[in-house]
Amino acid sequence: MSVKNPKMLELDRLWKTYDTPKGPTTIVKDFNLKLKEGEFATLIGHSGCGKSTVLMMVAGLSDLSQGNMILAGKEASGPGPDRGIVFQSPCLLPWMTAFENVMLGVNQVYFTASKTERRQMAEYYLTIVGLGDAMHKRPSELSQGMRQRVGIARAFALQPKMLLLDEPFGMLDSLTRYELQEVLLELWRRNRITTLMVTHDVDEAIFLSDRVVMMTNGPEAEVGDILNIPFERPRNRKEIMEDPRYYKLREHLITFLNDRSHIRPSREPTFKPSPDMAAELATQDFPVCTMTA
Amino acid sequence: MLPLLNCPSINTAAAVKISTDFLTKYILPLLGIFAVLLIWTAVAGGVREEKTASGFTKKIKTGLIQDLPGPYETWVKTKKYIVQPFAKREELDQGILRFTWYSLIVVAKGYSIALIIGTPIGFMLGLSKVFTRMFDPIIQILRPVSPLAWMPLGVVLFMGAGKHANDLGALFTIAVCSMWPTVLNTAVGVRAVPQDYLNVAKVLKLSKWKTLWKVLVPATLPYMFTGYRLSLGIAWLVIVAVEMLTGRIGIGNFLWNEYNNGLYTSIILSILTIGFVGWALDRLMSLLESRFKSI
Ligand SMILES: Nc1ncnc2c1ncn2[C@@H]1O[C@H](COP(=O)(O)OP(=O)(O)OP(=O)(O)O)[C@@H](O)[C@H]1O
Ligand SMILES: [Mg+2]
Repeated sequence: MSVKNPKMLELDRLWKTYDTPKGPTTIVKDFNLKLKEGEFATLIGHSGCGKSTVLMMVAGLSDLSQGNMILAGKEASGPGPDRGIVFQSPCLLPWMTAFENVMLGVNQVYFTASKTERRQMAEYYLTIVGLGDAMHKRPSELSQGMRQRVGIARAFALQPKMLLLDEPFGMLDSLTRYELQEVLLELWRRNRITTLMVTHDVDEAIFLSDRVVMMTNGPEAEVGDILNIPFERPRNRKEIMEDPRYYKLREHLITFLNDRSHIRPSREPTFKPSPDMAAELATQDFPVCTMTA
Repeated sequence: MLPLLNCPSINTAAAVKISTDFLTKYILPLLGIFAVLLIWTAVAGGVREEKTASGFTKKIKTGLIQDLPGPYETWVKTKKYIVQPFAKREELDQGILRFTWYSLIVVAKGYSIALIIGTPIGFMLGLSKVFTRMFDPIIQILRPVSPLAWMPLGVVLFMGAGKHANDLGALFTIAVCSMWPTVLNTAVGVRAVPQDYLNVAKVLKLSKWKTLWKVLVPATLPYMFTGYRLSLGIAWLVIVAVEMLTGRIGIGNFLWNEYNNGLYTSIILSILTIGFVGWALDRLMSLLESRFKSI
């Protein structure tokens, strides 16, 4: 890669409108975003705001209602192997081994390479994600974390122009999640593919990305704010956590999310306790629940 | 189970558990069979000999259902078909499994045709809304038609084949009647392929052909095998009817001939054989089916 493309991905006023029984609902409205080549961006926002919707549109698996999407200077339409995707559940084909799952993509993209080269490529990526010994197992024989490793290896093995990750570690316990974040960074260090990743986890976003894109709440969600993460690469989790800037950044993100949290009800509750119930409640001591950010 | 018995730490609860398992697994079915045999014996007819005043012996039928042979009589009269199951004494006097074998061969042929035609139709129904709109009504109308109704049409269709018309008509009938579960289950299976798997194919831009063989077929296999199992059951039902109509040699034909000759014990033997074979085929197919489900 000689000259970096300053505009690897350009999302220009993306709209997504779904037809629902109650009439059309606009989930995403005027979503603008530019990603530089080799940039790692995360997309953060409250559940249901439309993060997956944006990602699916970029992946080409969901149509744009309006707007333009330009990938590496070309209008992108429909899905293709130039965008590697990792979902929350890894969607491996259960009748194939981990190796065969990766090979399915490799065969498709490198049809000109020799069979040995293609095998080596799949083995290489599976080994980097730590599945050197388990690559000939079926998904049912692998743990959730190992399956997700296969999913990541499959996406990287395509050597795509872009990597799209939708909460790839959302279903994992925190230990496995940390491990896989390192695996992801290790792969990304070797091959800096432009990445857009959806996450719920503020720390994950700061640790992994160059920029954090915050989305406002839906419907009609758009980009609310963008936060630059200045930490040097390669990153070390411990060093970052000890960096005084870390808490500033974290604070910024949490404030943004808290201001848009769903905790405060927007309408008066329709259910009102009867006088009897209120009296009964008053006579008893209930532990007071407090919400912490 | 057995190693548990040798285990020194075995407690009474486990012992009780094993014996109830044994009870439900073997004793209860045996009790059921015994009960049915008892009822059968009770209602079956018999023959009593009586000397008339003029010195002749007169046979008098007895019992609740006078013409129904009892279990013992059935065994005695049909023994020769069972103890030499593959013997061929005459064209119409052969061992029961030999007759069954003839039927199975025809079933295998007709059933194969059903799968070869039914599976692709199922895939097309599952994949194409247009195809479904066009052909679903016809399928729903043809599906409930009895084999007895198809058989004459089958023979008519192959009238040109001369002496083979009956055989081809039989295959046609088996194929047409047994095809539907395969068609419908395959279609349901194709529609139920998770969107995730299809997305994998889309993202990798797999060709139509590759998507079919690498994604759709493997994902549909469990449904297809459910269809195949049900189809085999129907094919086995149909063969009996077909043989009665065409006079092809086989278990159904044996049953019908023996009925016409008044040998009612053979009817019972045939029914039991047909039942056993059908059960065995079903077991075989569910073994295959569960193999594919476990993937
Ligand atoms: N096919 C559809 N038809 C109608 N509404 C839809 C459809 N798909 C998604 N939505 C709505 O769009 C909104 C955004 O969904 P989306 O899955 O993008 O949210 P998200 O930000 O990814 O949430 P989460 O963090 O929980 O994954 C939701 O309110 C959802 O109900
Ligand atoms: Mg989502």
